Amino acid sequence: MDKMPQWADIVLIPLISLILAAVLSALVILAIGENPVAAFKLMVEGALMRSAGWGYTLYYATNFMFTGLAVAVAFHARMFNIGGEGQAMLGGLGVALVALYIPWPHWSLAILGATAGAALFGAAWAYIPALLQAKRGSHIVITTIMFNFIAAGLLNYVLVNVLRPKGSMDPASANFPDATKLPTFRDMFSTADNIMFRGAPANVTFFLAIAACVLVWYLIWRTRLGYEIRAFGFSESAARYAGISPVRITVIAMLISGALAGLMSVNTTMGESERLVMNSTEGAGFIGIAVALMGRSHPFGVFLAAILFGFLYQGGAELALWTNIPRELIVVIQALVILFTGALDNMVRMPLEKLFLALRRRNV
Amino acid sequence: MTAPAIELKGISKAFGPVQANKDISISVMPGTIHGIIGENGAGKSTLMSILYGFYKADKGEIFIKGTKTQIPDSQAAIAVGIGMVFQHFKLVENFSVLENIILGAEEGVLLRPSLAKARKELAHLAKEYELNIDPDALIENLSVGHQQRVEILKALYRRADILILDEPTGVLTPAEADQLFRILDRLRDEGKTIILITHKLREIMDITDTVSVMRRGEMTATVKTSETSPEALAELMVGRKVLLRVDKVPATPGKTVLEIKGLRVIDDKGVERVKGIDLTVRAGEILGIAGVAGNGQSELLEVLGGFAEGTGSIRVNGVALPLSGKGADGQARRHAGIAHVPEDRQREGLIMDYTAWENIVFGYHLDPEYQSGLLMDNTGIQTLAQEKMDRFDVRPPHPKLAAKNFSGGNQQKIVLAREIERNPDLLLVGQPTRGVDIGAIEFIHQQIVNLRDQGKAILLVSVELEEILSLADRVAVMFDGHIMGERAPDQTDETELGLLMAGITEMPDKPIIQAIDEQFDHQQKEREGEQNG
Repeated sequence: MDKMPQWADIVLIPLISLILAAVLSALVILAIGENPVAAFKLMVEGALMRSAGWGYTLYYATNFMFTGLAVAVAFHARMFNIGGEGQAMLGGLGVALVALYIPWPHWSLAILGATAGAALFGAAWAYIPALLQAKRGSHIVITTIMFNFIAAGLLNYVLVNVLRPKGSMDPASANFPDATKLPTFRDMFSTADNIMFRGAPANVTFFLAIAACVLVWYLIWRTRLGYEIRAFGFSESAARYAGISPVRITVIAMLISGALAGLMSVNTTMGESERLVMNSTEGAGFIGIAVALMGRSHPFGVFLAAILFGFLYQGGAELALWTNIPRELIVVIQALVILFTGALDNMVRMPLEKLFLALRRRNV
Repeated sequence: MTAPAIELKGISKAFGPVQANKDISISVMPGTIHGIIGENGAGKSTLMSILYGFYKADKGEIFIKGTKTQIPDSQAAIAVGIGMVFQHFKLVENFSVLENIILGAEEGVLLRPSLAKARKELAHLAKEYELNIDPDALIENLSVGHQQRVEILKALYRRADILILDEPTGVLTPAEADQLFRILDRLRDEGKTIILITHKLREIMDITDTVSVMRRGEMTATVKTSETSPEALAELMVGRKVLLRVDKVPATPGKTVLEIKGLRVIDDKGVERVKGIDLTVRAGEILGIAGVAGNGQSELLEVLGGFAEGTGSIRVNGVALPLSGKGADGQARRHAGIAHVPEDRQREGLIMDYTAWENIVFGYHLDPEYQSGLLMDNTGIQTLAQEKMDRFDVRPPHPKLAAKNFSGGNQQKIVLAREIERNPDLLLVGQPTRGVDIGAIEFIHQQIVNLRDQGKAILLVSVELEEILSLADRVAVMFDGHIMGERAPDQTDETELGLLMAGITEMPDKPIIQAIDEQFDHQQKEREGEQNG
């Protein structure tokens, strides 16, 4: 017997957690002498009320969907992949190589090539920690976080010594050819007399992210592989009994996770900067952990949580731009959301479960 | 008239929506042994935990020796003279007997005076109750039976005159259990009051003066043991008539299905668990492996099931199976015609968070009949699960319920439905009725016998000697990784098997329990010799 109806689990708990996080954030804003209501209004207006705001929100959300899915898939196999950051960096390298060295006739083919490159490089970067975990028992949390540093170092070296055009002082690759330029939302949704999403970086990769959400859902709940991944995640001893190889599942789940993290770079590197730059990931690999936690490792939950975090990112930028609220405070607000939705889940869950039990008993 | 040693009046306790104890009243006279019998989850342990101060009752009163008493914690329970011997001993393995006995009852800052006092007291107790034990032996070097003795001594040292024993014979050989009962008899004669919690009817009949039966949190009856019978008790436990014996015709064994030669298994810690055994199982027979838990039976099943590695040779229908590396996994074993009902259904046989329908194909999930294109045929599997659950009388018959929400017996039926219905040549069964209610035991045993009658080979491992004796057509006894011998169930008895389970192959000319102790000491010395050499 479930303790609560499903809607309470999926909707009510995250909602209450969010409200708690918002209240606490408001208190913090009040404490530094700003008006929380005005701040909230500014965030909503900046991120959601104009199409350009949406253009930014959805651009960030695209990143978070990929990294959130990456963490979610690993979670299902009971692994904590916190190497999304490094895998996304390497994914960026894959995108850059594909875009720079293959002459693409059209963006529609280029995005397929970039997707393959990003997934391949991201997966390759997850492969080594996966192998170390599966064969040697080196903990995946430790190895993936170390690999984040190695990825940053590697990218630094490649950009400075290999991909930097002669004479450039900027540690970045050359600009990608025009044929690889992905259509932005502005290109797609504007009409001659009504320009939408002006200046916003959201691009066609957003739809790739939605497709990834759908595919991951199918993978986890409808395929043999997903069945085995979840079984392994729930009980390794039972998986062994069933003849599911722990080594195989560990490696495959991490390859998929790394590939998804790598895909994020199609959005940032090909869709936005149109060249490979240092630190193109901007911490999205870590935000993915929060997104997966809040989305309960379910692709639809990840989709919603990614949009929420996109809103927080864009709204936060607006706050920094128009008020005296420092950028660091935005990080505090994001941290509060993560704290309440991820870490303090039980704080909300326990009283709610008791409440529902009491209600049910009264009905009986 | 003397006051009862313990009197409980109207005890109730609920955990959330579950009513673990409902208005329970019981009174136990001093100097008697009172049995409490009931199925798993009937509320026996909850009731005793309330008596020992682990839980607080929602309602009800406790009287100890006629005085109304509050027992908020175990210290208070000890103070009023209650001692508890848990199913899983609470001993520090690398402490001596003496150190364990004073643990928590040390007096003063320095240990030496308390140890000296305990040594004197222990000698006195040993004489009074015939509880002989070397006070300086380390717990890890003691046999399970002796460890249990230390637990009893611990309680007596704390001046307990009411002893509660929770499933005390679960880990003992029959001879050790007999020895325990002799100790309990002696304690009763000295005026101690004993409460024995068990699910074994035979123990109740053998030793108790009165018995209370619990079912679903309620006390359904309290009767004098001399005025009842096992059948009557079983009926009270389950709420309907129960067949205690398995109905079966003699086996008609056919060709050899499983042939094991020189099998050895070394576990993760480098300890050899199976030390070169030979066994055969033929079609249409049940080979029962008896033995005290931890003598290599689990490892034997794991290697056969493909999730542990070993050396030696295993043939099924004449085909050699790889014992390590490629091809030594559960999938390959299933393809070879082996089905496996594992010992631990919660850790191995089922994914507790999976629904019943997901579990009904677990291990066979790659089979083409469960696929539709690239995806799994979830609707087809759900229909199949519904059919199987109906056939095996799984309650509630809801395929979409998670496995963890079924009772132990119904979980086991889900596993059986999956394994038996795949029509295997060889069925491995480990502890088929552990944690299973009596009502379901009957059904499960019948299913195993039916499969045998269809001409399948069955290897049954169980620590319940009664189960082995009633199901098996041949009994092999395992001890310390060896097969000590094979017997026909109708040409042996619990005494002989009990000796084999302790590693003794010939009837000794001294008291049995003494022979077992000597055998254990001998074993211990050998082990030390191995370590030193």
